[in-house]
Amino acid sequence: MAKTHITMKVNGAEVEGLAEPRMLLVHFLRETLQLTGTHIGCETTHCGACTVDLDGKSVKSCTVFAVQADGSEITTVEGMANADGTLSALQEGFRMMHGLQCGFCTPGMIMRAHRLLKENPTPSEAEIRSGISGNLCRCTGYQNIVKAIQYASAKINGTEFVEAAE
Amino acid sequence: MNDLTPTREQRQAALEGLGCRRKRVEDIRFTQGKGNYVDDVKLPGMLHGDFVRSPHAHARVKAIRTEEALKVPGVLAVITAETLKTVNLAWMPTLAGDVQMVLADGKVLFQNQEVAFVVATDRYAADDGVAKVEVEYEPLPPLMDPFKAMAPDAPVLREDLAGKTTGAHGPRKHHNHIFEWTVGDKEPTDAAFRKADVTIKEMISYHRTHPSPLETCQCVCSFDKVKGELTIWGTFQAPHVIRTVVALIAKLPEQKIHVISPDIGGGFGNKVGAYPGYICAAVASIVTGKPVKWVEDRIENLTATAFARDYHMTTEIAATRDGKVTGLRVHVLADHGGFDACADPSKWPAGFFNIVTGSYDFPVAHLTVDGVYTNKAPGGVAYRCSFRVTEAAYCIERAMDILAQKLDMDPAELRLKNFVKPEQFPYHSALGWEYDSGDYATAMKKAMESVKYAELRKEQAEKRAAFKRGETREIMGIGVSFFTEIVGAGPSKNCDILGIAMFDSCEIRLHPTGAGIARMGTKSQGQGHETTWAQIIASEIGIPADNIMVEEGNTDTAPYGLGTYGSRSTPVAGAAIAMAARKIKAKAQMIAAYKLEVHEDDLEWDIDGFRVKGLPEKFMSMKDICWAAYNSVPPGMEPGLEAVSYYDPPNMTYPFGAYICVMDIDVETGAYKVRRFYALDDCGTRINPMIIEGQVHGGLTEAFAIAMGQEIRYDDAGNVVTGSFMDFFMPTAVETPRWETDFTVTPSPHHPIGAKGVGESPNVGGVPAFSNAVNDAFSFLGSTHIQMPHDTWRNWKAAKSLGVFAA
Repeated sequence: MAKTHITMKVNGAEVEGLAEPRMLLVHFLRETLQLTGTHIGCETTHCGACTVDLDGKSVKSCTVFAVQADGSEITTVEGMANADGTLSALQEGFRMMHGLQCGFCTPGMIMRAHRLLKENPTPSEAEIRSGISGNLCRCTGYQNIVKAIQYASAKINGTEFVEAAE
Repeated sequence: MNDLTPTREQRQAALEGLGCRRKRVEDIRFTQGKGNYVDDVKLPGMLHGDFVRSPHAHARVKAIRTEEALKVPGVLAVITAETLKTVNLAWMPTLAGDVQMVLADGKVLFQNQEVAFVVATDRYAADDGVAKVEVEYEPLPPLMDPFKAMAPDAPVLREDLAGKTTGAHGPRKHHNHIFEWTVGDKEPTDAAFRKADVTIKEMISYHRTHPSPLETCQCVCSFDKVKGELTIWGTFQAPHVIRTVVALIAKLPEQKIHVISPDIGGGFGNKVGAYPGYICAAVASIVTGKPVKWVEDRIENLTATAFARDYHMTTEIAATRDGKVTGLRVHVLADHGGFDACADPSKWPAGFFNIVTGSYDFPVAHLTVDGVYTNKAPGGVAYRCSFRVTEAAYCIERAMDILAQKLDMDPAELRLKNFVKPEQFPYHSALGWEYDSGDYATAMKKAMESVKYAELRKEQAEKRAAFKRGETREIMGIGVSFFTEIVGAGPSKNCDILGIAMFDSCEIRLHPTGAGIARMGTKSQGQGHETTWAQIIASEIGIPADNIMVEEGNTDTAPYGLGTYGSRSTPVAGAAIAMAARKIKAKAQMIAAYKLEVHEDDLEWDIDGFRVKGLPEKFMSMKDICWAAYNSVPPGMEPGLEAVSYYDPPNMTYPFGAYICVMDIDVETGAYKVRRFYALDDCGTRINPMIIEGQVHGGLTEAFAIAMGQEIRYDDAGNVVTGSFMDFFMPTAVETPRWETDFTVTPSPHHPIGAKGVGESPNVGGVPAFSNAVNDAFSFLGSTHIQMPHDTWRNWKAAKSLGVFAA
């Protein structure tokens, strides 16, 4: 099948490649660009493991064709650490609050939480739960993911984080 | 000593050993997208395989035409059963002693069964090839109801077994019968029922469901023709077992098979078994001489790669009028699908279902399990539980509630009256187990006090009265569950897989600078072994956990182990770690004695080194002992500081817990709200409380899913109607309740550090707590038992059948 030349900015770097029109963005990221941090859990847009940030919105990259992302700006989990290589507030929050176990949903979860905190820097627990409801996790029961996002919110806003009782 | 000398507390804390809420080592890479999962493995020239699958549940395969598929650009090969026959791999042995088709050989026995394997240069081309394979089927009548499997006129599913009246587990009664498994004493049990004041009988079903880890099953197989070596990266919970199985069935020398389980995205039992995809990818690599990747999609995972439960348990309890249980009788009809591929220890066709007496002192019991074939997917796996233990816990916990209802007794009070008492341990159950330890009443009472149980019952009574007066349409349920698990398979006297005893292993090597590596026979799928295993070593030998690297999943470097499932890692491998560490400590003591110029017996252990008794200033740290081990060991001693342990446990461990669920249900819609869920777990010694709480949260969420809707359901024609995440209930953060966790500590007397395992307790104990809450809510309207799953529609149906709507 004929391939299309596409360019995009991924984690701040200009990249280009050839993609069949039917190629999914997640396969372009994982296989063409070797950014394997973005995972595939269902291929039907339910699980959110493939969530990336595309032009300031959370998208499930298994339901976007690579050619649709031509000319766009994308952030994946590989672009989330601080410039000096340390963990960002969200990454640190997931670690400190034990917001991950097998780690498979984590990149999508972090990318969704990243956009959620841009949209709403001080979300309530209910807003966090609703805000990540497009992302499935099989290990954590979400409770510590909620805490991880609260931790990051507090750190980003410079406020005190108070962990809910177990 | 001076002010800079660390205090004992500081030295202890620096180790981050047992009991520490140590942050996870794994998270540094996982939070940055730097994990290495199977689908991240990319090799030069790698090909992709994809399956042609059967649309029918039961059909004869008349012809498979591959010519058009082979014309698709990028398609290199189409493998069928005929291809596999040339290497004698058209069928494979199962862990349960049956055989299973790798690719359809003459007929198909379940929808989405593997029919042909298309190998192409990329996954898109493979998919194009799949679409072009033509298969001619002659549909046959499907057998979907296990209760009709042994009818005289039931269709013959397994033609390959024609005339075989004996299976792997004894006589077969019918052409669709697999085994009958009987435990306990029939006559005394029947006598107890004849004499009983009160009896109950209920058919309690535990529906078919699926573990569905977020990462599906997958592998990369790479055969090196020159060296004759096969390397397999795969989502394997038990990599060494896979290596041995491949050696046995592919007739390759075992030293030339390298199995690597990299990071695994959840397992929950799904990744214990061997599936056709692994065999096909390996054969494809041998045939093409190139690496071949197989990654199943979610629909394939849900519909073809294993299942869990599907147990139909006719349960009877005999009791005295005042609520003392006197006998238990259970008959299970077990639906195993088209092949018996259950992942149990080899001699246990129904796993450890004979833990069904639960936490109660039944003087007598009798259990029979009949396994049958149907036109459903094979592979009964232990979905976050020890083998069939969650079915057993659900069975007895639901039945105890039914008995309480019949006796008009509070379900918690009935449990307290019948618990095995602390002084009865080690307790020999009527169905043959030796419970190692427990203090059930203390745990139950702590749970009841924590949730203010008496006040909840009072509130419920008031709400019921208000409901009857027509003032509310909401009903309230209080679900009590008190479970005892049997985990840590297992002692070689009980357990083996294909003849290999179910020990586990640890090898520790300490380096000169006071650091080290531990290699394990287990394989984490999210349990955090890299973090917790180092904590055990830290406490045992005083080397900070941060200085110990834990490595798992490479069969070339790891000592042989049976893998991670059935909550066996801490009970078995955790013990191996302690035993290996103690071997090192014994040698370290000899080195310290030599260096401190005293007799070994004059030394005492002190947090992170040895001290001369009575001379506190004479101390040698483990760090210094490590250095000495490589330059100045006592005369006649070998240098170095390392040890390996293969631990064959003397007994299983028996974690237990008390869970209470409070739920409100709107009878008009069937909608429910979990108001409160309290989980008290006793897993013995607690290695890392943060990880334990996380495990409990996750297991409870799976239990919630299963009890409230998660189901693999078939229609009468054999179509899977819940085959994607659209229809298969996967709770999001919105539906998932908030969890409260608590604990008591009753150490295992036979485990070196007293730990029992916890990962599966919440699934085992959680399901009955939810189901009992729903059943408790409806009970005052006259119902005895409502089958799971309790989704909104079924709740509404239950309300309707109980006559709560005006005619």
